[in-house]
Amino acid sequence: MDRRKFLTSASAAVAANAVAPLLPSASAQSGPIRIGLLAPLTGVVASGGKEMVEGFNLFWDQHGRKIAGREIEITVEDDASNPDTALQKARRLVEQRNVQMLVGDLLANTGLAVAEYVKSNGVPYFIPIIAADDLTQRKRIPNVIRIAGYSASQMPRPLADYAYHKKNYRKLVTISQDYTFGYEQCGGFCQTFTELGGSVVQQFWQPLNTADFSPYLAQIQSLNPDVVYAMETGADANRFIQQYANFGLKGKIPMLGAMNLTDQSVIRTLGPECEGIISSAQFCEGSDAPATKKFVAEYEKAFNKLPSLYGFSMYSGAMWMAAGMTAVDGNVEDRPKFLDAIRKVVLNDSPLGRPVRLDMYGNPIYDVYIRQVKRRPDGKSWNVPLETVPNVSQFWKYDPETYMKQPSYSRTFQGIKKS
Amino acid sequence: MKPARAMTSPARTGIALACLALLAAVPFVIPGYKTSLVVEMLIFATLAMSIDLLAGFAGRVSLCHGAIFGIATYVVLYHVTVAGGSPWIGVLLGVAAATAAAVIFALLAIRTSGVYFLLLTLALGMIVWGMCFRWTSVTGGENGLRGVVVPAWLAPPTVFYFFVLIVTSLMTFLMWRFAHSPFGLTLQGIRESDSRMRALGYNVPLHLFVAFTVSGFFAGLAGALYAFFNSFVSPSTVALAQSVEGLLMVIVGGVGTLFGGLVGAAVIIALENIVSFYTERWPMVLGLMFIVTMIFAPEGLLGRGRALLAQRRDRNAS
Repeated sequence: MDRRKFLTSASAAVAANAVAPLLPSASAQSGPIRIGLLAPLTGVVASGGKEMVEGFNLFWDQHGRKIAGREIEITVEDDASNPDTALQKARRLVEQRNVQMLVGDLLANTGLAVAEYVKSNGVPYFIPIIAADDLTQRKRIPNVIRIAGYSASQMPRPLADYAYHKKNYRKLVTISQDYTFGYEQCGGFCQTFTELGGSVVQQFWQPLNTADFSPYLAQIQSLNPDVVYAMETGADANRFIQQYANFGLKGKIPMLGAMNLTDQSVIRTLGPECEGIISSAQFCEGSDAPATKKFVAEYEKAFNKLPSLYGFSMYSGAMWMAAGMTAVDGNVEDRPKFLDAIRKVVLNDSPLGRPVRLDMYGNPIYDVYIRQVKRRPDGKSWNVPLETVPNVSQFWKYDPETYMKQPSYSRTFQGIKKS
Repeated sequence: MKPARAMTSPARTGIALACLALLAAVPFVIPGYKTSLVVEMLIFATLAMSIDLLAGFAGRVSLCHGAIFGIATYVVLYHVTVAGGSPWIGVLLGVAAATAAAVIFALLAIRTSGVYFLLLTLALGMIVWGMCFRWTSVTGGENGLRGVVVPAWLAPPTVFYFFVLIVTSLMTFLMWRFAHSPFGLTLQGIRESDSRMRALGYNVPLHLFVAFTVSGFFAGLAGALYAFFNSFVSPSTVALAQSVEGLLMVIVGGVGTLFGGLVGAAVIIALENIVSFYTERWPMVLGLMFIVTMIFAPEGLLGRGRALLAQRRDRNAS
């Protein structure tokens, strides 16, 4: 070793010693924090899955993939939109890759399968996208937390309130994909709407991947309700909005939508036919809040498209996880402490620009936007806020314990109050 | 589909024992996740072999075995997690339900053959899928049923592994006996020409009915094991894709070889897991592998291996 080299290495060592006490104590644990990210990269919801990964990585890239002095190592696995595959991949991530926590999944059934698995081994599992009500209600699992997510029946309730009070709609028809996510969203809407005094004329449940909506549209036309509430995701949403316009119903019977009906992943490819649809969500890409504007601009710069709910939720989820990790100085190995820290996070700097925290049941409380699809000057469609309903929890205005005594929403139970 | 020249019986026993010894070493050589992968392979191998009983020996390619398999999984999970019963009664009920379903399907399907049999079983499988998907109050809809089914003493991975290994070995032996019994030979006769078998005085529909039911019984047992293993069932377990995957395992391993199901299950599950780690385009790699298999080993991996062995033996003999 020559003199110069000795000097540089010695001074580096001294510097390292001097800096070390300032760094958060990372001595108890070593190595990176390993996160297992499950997303559907193939199968029916693959496009949403890709945006999940984009959103999640965007946050960590912005923060140098480092938190509380520890590297972040993300392993992405494809759940193939299939619960059995999701379960297998979760096992692999935990048992072979030794990840300290799991995050992700898009379809409710994939999330439920993984939740059941982590129930037995206590691995923290975060679900920014999985909206299945019972995961934070009747069938809670302590280590499954819906950071930066929402429960399905949470968002439609303020919209139903808005429809009844502000728009004076009274006669409702719902149309929805025939599966649990649809039952829960329609249930939330119908229960609130009928308890206020509205009536449900008819509910249509159409199979997933319906190519032709004309039988339903013809019936909607003849029923002539005040308003239609539509709960469609992905390609079904696309087709429904288009056919609704082609059928001549647009402008005649107003359409309200579940947040996924007018999500960016849907309206990105639509023209004027989606304009004017009103929905409710915690996120609104056209909001004026500086934090939202900043996030949307960054996302648009990185991926050349407006962020969808998938990208946004996973980005915020990553932020939430980072906040929890910082709170425990990177010691995620102490699971009870880490989970506790995650539960106590109040996320002030999320893209929503408003503080977000969890309720006692592990589901976030939001100020919910009533939002409408408008054209941006450059021709792209986006959701802009009409008004804000503050502090909406998954239990709306009900007492949680009483609420959870009613059955889960299903095709046969929609919480409809008979007048 | 001529069987390769039959090996002598001690050689066959030797190979079987060597395979068993190899499998018994698995939890010690590759513990953890990989052991659970082998468990999955064994379970799916049982399903694949049950399909091969029909496809390879009776010449009836079924597309509803995934559904029969899944019925057992559903019943076990329902009995334990919803009704709160004991897992062993659950297994009994599950296998009984699967066998009963196989009886009904058999009554409807055995009069047909070829592409009509394929389509009819496909439709029957879809009915099961539709029921599981729509009958939300019982099956939980597309969210499925969840809950730990496996009894506590069986839960440790190594114990569970040996349990599955013993059960599947037994099943494999029984299926092998079944396929190589006079009854199995009759099935092969039906595969080659059912009109001749009828002319010889065999009751062809009855033979097919029994074969279908027995094959359904084995598929149901695999399904019950799967409930223990997976602690979860959803319509994707009874979906067409499941039947097709079972069939693909048979085809890759070799139709009519019975043990080909084992090879096929091992190859497909291993590939799914290894390739998906490197690329999200893993279904493409899988597809390519099927094409390559079809071109270079249309008789399946095991079938090809046997043919090569026979060739060498012939060469040595001459």
